[in-house]
Amino acid sequence: MGGSVGGGGERRSVREAREELLRIIELCRSVEAKGLDPYLVDVDDLIRVIREYFPSWERIEDLCLDTEALNHIASIVRMQGEWVKQRATALYRDPFLIEERVRSLSRDKLAEIFLEAWLPIVEFEQLTLEGFREALKYWSNLPPLSERWLRTGYVRSEMQTSTREEAIKEGILSGESFAAELERLWLELKERASGKGRVRYWDFIGSDTYEETARRAYLTSFLITYGYARLEIHYLEDEIFILPNEKPTPIEGSELISYPIPISFEEWRRWRESRGA
Amino acid sequence: MERKPRGVDRKAYYAVKMRKAAQLLFYRRHSIPGARGWELRRRVGSDYLKVINLLNEYLEKIGLMVKVVFEEGGQPENPTTEQYDRARFYITLRDNLRVEEAKMVGWRIDDMAALCASIAYIISRGGKVQRKELEDLLKSKIPEWRVDIDLNKFIRLGYLIEDENGQVYLGWRTRAEVDQKKLIDLLFEAESKI
Repeated sequence: MGGSVGGGGERRSVREAREELLRIIELCRSVEAKGLDPYLVDVDDLIRVIREYFPSWERIEDLCLDTEALNHIASIVRMQGEWVKQRATALYRDPFLIEERVRSLSRDKLAEIFLEAWLPIVEFEQLTLEGFREALKYWSNLPPLSERWLRTGYVRSEMQTSTREEAIKEGILSGESFAAELERLWLELKERASGKGRVRYWDFIGSDTYEETARRAYLTSFLITYGYARLEIHYLEDEIFILPNEKPTPIEGSELISYPIPISFEEWRRWRESRGA
Repeated sequence: MERKPRGVDRKAYYAVKMRKAAQLLFYRRHSIPGARGWELRRRVGSDYLKVINLLNEYLEKIGLMVKVVFEEGGQPENPTTEQYDRARFYITLRDNLRVEEAKMVGWRIDDMAALCASIAYIISRGGKVQRKELEDLLKSKIPEWRVDIDLNKFIRLGYLIEDENGQVYLGWRTRAEVDQKKLIDLLFEAESKI
């Protein structure tokens, strides 16, 4: 890595300059993440360093690094603005003084103070008559399970494992090369995710028939295992997205985890209903 | 179009609307109690603010009140209809609880002290702190084994929020239930009494 940057008497190598930018980014990140006093950062000094290096950047990666550093400095400036605003509010008191107060006051006194500033929310959690009436109406209109299963032609059976040959025989998988099927599904995934970069898992595997849905789910599990795609799981929202990889990237050096996703008949029906099918 | 009530109809009209508003505010339907202004508008009608005022007068007799928490935080000088629509409406106690009463509704004195310290500390740090810092502060007053239990409880109840980086903020319930300015003022007043 040749070349040198900087003006005046001090000339530094490009590598050192990059390291300097990385240090600036790291410093800003740590102030942002830890909520430290943003005035600890000397913004003028950082800008001076960035300006000094800027004319020397030739590679796009270096320019991106420069932009990232500037972006982080902008965040610090924003934090400084908020810091001043917060100090100007009626709520502002010296944090060390408050901490000292909290540490010095007795437990009883703290509870007493809290009670004077606390007006708890009042709420009921029991069933209302209206809710009960709705539930009763739903229950009366709900056909028995046997009838509902008959209507959709669903036969309950015990769970068991099946081989690829059995899946072909049942019509869940086609006889064509497994790799070709995967390849086709991968291309479809890339196309459907081309806009947002990801697709809802159920929207991707879901199909008009339960059999086709199960087939797509089966193939999709291989797409993920073989590194053609990856899952993004949002536990709180109970949402799963599937993201295609540009190239198959086998996961190496990290522990593989198995994430079971139930593809039950009921789940499939719910998905269909949610789509208004 | 909604017919405007006249004369004797008027009382019955607002009584029905107050009942609807009370149901909406008292019964929890989402993970957070209360209702947004737009929900009240949809269920009660475009005059929901008037209904809320009437409900507030009624609740005063039994020591309760309707609390409006604006999305922007604080109390805007002249809130617009949009600000009211986005605000959250809760029913809270009108008067403060005494220690004995708080204990009766399931609050230990330790927990109240820990919550008071946590809220004051977060306010003092500009609205967010690292959980570790908060734990260190609480450990000075309550047994170490209770600190984690307490913090998790405050987060579960919505008094505090913790993000994936371990930063702790004030939660929706603190904004609804705690007069933050009064809390800080009282802490400083208490200084001279110790």
